[in-house]
Amino acid sequence: MDRIPILRMGPFLLVTIQVDLYDRLALDLEADLVKMVSKTGAQGILIDISAVSIVDSFMGRIIGNIGVMAKLLDAETVVVGMQPAVAITLVELGLPLKGVFTALNVERGMDLLKSKIQLFEQDETDPENDSDDHITE
Amino acid sequence: MKRILKMIATIISLNKDPMPVAREQDVVPFRNRVKEYAVKIKMGLVNQTKLITAASELVRNMLRYGGGGEVLIEVVSRGRDSGIRLTFKDDGPGIPDISLALKDGYSTGKSLGLGLPGTKRLVNEFDIKSEVGKGTKVTIIKWANG
Repeated sequence: MDRIPILRMGPFLLVTIQVDLYDRLALDLEADLVKMVSKTGAQGILIDISAVSIVDSFMGRIIGNIGVMAKLLDAETVVVGMQPAVAITLVELGLPLKGVFTALNVERGMDLLKSKIQLFEQDETDPENDSDDHITE
Repeated sequence: MKRILKMIATIISLNKDPMPVAREQDVVPFRNRVKEYAVKIKMGLVNQTKLITAASELVRNMLRYGGGGEVLIEVVSRGRDSGIRLTFKDDGPGIPDISLALKDGYSTGKSLGLGLPGTKRLVNEFDIKSEVGKGTKVTIIKWANG
């Protein structure tokens, strides 16, 4: 059975989706990621979807769910590398992926995750420290 | 003049390729097949993505609510335009109230209810016929330059 591998890197979990997602695979990824966050105490999840050519409402929902579930376990989720055509299609479909952070590429995504975690660790000492490529609310 | 208008409006099917979709595992090969045809008629990447996303939504509906069925993939032309027509046909329970099913946010399943209305926004032509107890037929067309 297919499974999407989850890599652990310091306080983060990295997922690179290299195959075409079908529903079962996306659901398994959701469950695996949430379990992994709980097991490892990871503080951030980075999901690279640069190789994903389509995201429909179901997969969009799963991505959103991962963000919300991870948040409940005190981890932030950043989705990186969305293809422009996928972004256009998602918005027209009516699914603007609210609730997850996004970044243009892996590098910026990592920076964003790091800044999020630092932000929480420093508490209210530095509220200005915001990255420019996150989308929320 | 009338004849010209009639000619422009006529959609000719150039290629018919029926594909049964009975299980979830059939979805990825189906999407790839649609993509092949879209590439063949030189559809742009954004339109390809919209078409395949729409196809993915409809094929999921067909599997979830209709218990699987058959999709007819056609290359069609109308005047100078070429496009892809997909016909999703199932023998499921049918949809009692189509206008309700086409409303944003309406769902009988556990989904967001974006499937049908969202799909309609992604394609150029959208037609749905359903008879309770007999099944549902959804036809979409995406023009290469649409």
